Amino acid sequence: MPSLNDYLILSAILFTIGTAGVFVRRNLITILLSIEIMLNAVNLSFVAFGRALGTIEGQIIVFFVMTVAAAEAAVGLAIVIALFRHRESLNPDAFTALKW
Amino acid sequence: MFDFLSTNSFLIAQIGIVVVIWIALQLSAAVMVYAERKVAAYLQQRVGPTRVGYAGLLQPIADVVKLLLKEELRPAAADPILFYLAPIISATAAFAAFAVVPFGGSTTLLGLLTEPLPLHVADVNVAILVVFAITSMGVYGIVLAGWSSNSKYSLLGGLRSSAQMISYELSYGMALAAVLVLANSMSLRDIVNAQSGSLFGIPQFRWFLFFQPIGFLIFFTAGIAETNRAPFDFPEAEQELVAGYHTEYSSMSFGLFFLAEYINMVTVSAVATDLYLGGWWLPLVPESWGWLAFLAKISVLLFFYIWMRWSLPRYRYDQLMAFGWKVLLPVSVLNLIATAAGVLYFGL
Amino acid sequence: MLFYFFAALAIVASLLVIAQRNPVYSVLLLILSFGALSGLYVLLDAPFVATIQIIVYAGAIMVLFLFVVMLLNAPHEETDFDERTHPMLRPGPMRFGAVLALGLIAELAWALARSAPRSTFSNAPITSVAAIGRLLFTDYAFQFEVTSVLILVAMVGAVVMARREDHGAKR
Repeated sequence: MPSLNDYLILSAILFTIGTAGVFVRRNLITILLSIEIMLNAVNLSFVAFGRALGTIEGQIIVFFVMTVAAAEAAVGLAIVIALFRHRESLNPDAFTALKW
Repeated sequence: MFDFLSTNSFLIAQIGIVVVIWIALQLSAAVMVYAERKVAAYLQQRVGPTRVGYAGLLQPIADVVKLLLKEELRPAAADPILFYLAPIISATAAFAAFAVVPFGGSTTLLGLLTEPLPLHVADVNVAILVVFAITSMGVYGIVLAGWSSNSKYSLLGGLRSSAQMISYELSYGMALAAVLVLANSMSLRDIVNAQSGSLFGIPQFRWFLFFQPIGFLIFFTAGIAETNRAPFDFPEAEQELVAGYHTEYSSMSFGLFFLAEYINMVTVSAVATDLYLGGWWLPLVPESWGWLAFLAKISVLLFFYIWMRWSLPRYRYDQLMAFGWKVLLPVSVLNLIATAAGVLYFGL
Repeated sequence: MLFYFFAALAIVASLLVIAQRNPVYSVLLLILSFGALSGLYVLLDAPFVATIQIIVYAGAIMVLFLFVVMLLNAPHEETDFDERTHPMLRPGPMRFGAVLALGLIAELAWALARSAPRSTFSNAPITSVAAIGRLLFTDYAFQFEVTSVLILVAMVGAVVMARREDHGAKR
């Protein structure tokens, strides 16, 4: 029977996998996917806490987080499309026009 | 061995139901192949297949044997993993959606079982959402088929088809939500049992079709668009796009797409029957024979499917998308509002 | 038992997401990870969240990602140097980023290992969809409406940003 700690450890592992993806990958779409992994890890810990404390608020927060994640993914992908049109590349290192 | 059978008889019956549904779905696909060709033939004033077996009844078997014996081709530039995964996803989603659809009351198999066995695979209390979720997984089969074939027609057909499917999913969901308002539960078995009251003195006739005719039309239209059937089958039309997303598929992979399309039709008809046509309730039919009434209603809806395919011209792609977003979605939202208002003020 | 299966599936799928070169495979593996998470939600007595996870995340957001990947014909990461060397060995920011990721893992593992005694779950109240709906429309109604405005803003923003800019030249 898994305890709350097991779910939290799983959520932490998934969160760090997402963060590692954001740091290490050089492809804009994969970076967005890693952000989605992070959001999902957070959703999991919300639902786990909601269950452990016996309230339903955990699921309500997850509802809102999912909605915001959907909106953010849509806008993020629109930005990626606009950037790709400009530079024909999905490598974030290609967008260095404002660097000193 | 009989001792094992009698103590675990419920488990064996459950497994039996799963196997029965699986076989029944495949047989229904075979029957649909035959029915489509015959009905299309009579609509076009010819007779259709008559040579294989009596009146062509063994034609589906001939078709399956032909498909099995064909050579399995894969374009050299196609991604092998995705190319073979796509029909598997399509077929799996089509079969899996039937796991939460109840198709009868309960049966005791003519006295063999100690307690009545309800006729479904699983009764989840969020069954409507599960059906919706699994049908939205079916989009992936199509879009991956289009992409992995690495050919222009396939990619265009795959993208258009999946865009069409996700657009019509919205109206599909809104129509579902309106039924939810009427029935106060998401479990399909509860929704069907809520339609077992009496209407105008006729028992077992309180179908939601009479409370929501527009909702039924919206659901069925969205269902036709979801399964990529005419008049919404532009993405796989022979005259326009070679064969759309399954251009490069042959033999059993194509057979799997074919199978998935027919089983999706059966699933949409089954869910429509459960939601609007009263499921297995029919006046003057006892509940234990309800599954026959269910089969009859599904057959009527499938006949409508075939009839519409061979009578109506097909929508052009931009007309199709405009219809889905600008006509069907506002109408379904208004239907939901009207239903909610009706339940609030008339206490239905 | 099922928890360990779903947890292992989620972790393996997420690791493969960030390790894959081909973005299409990454998206499909992420869908698999979402499916595993959905199973975990069912184990946590949250069937509504489980199904809307599949409908919203795996069924809509990932389709959007897949469309963008396919329409942009997204190339995987360029330069043979990137493909041949391990992230820890690449120069500069990437090595720093990989070190930071490892540091974060170590920190979280330490923090969780020394926390409170393992608390098992209490008996949950009936989590029905009706209860969620009731709360959403009474206590959290304002947040609900604000979310709908947020989605509208995001929709308009996405359409405007992804539009082609040559309308002026065509007159």
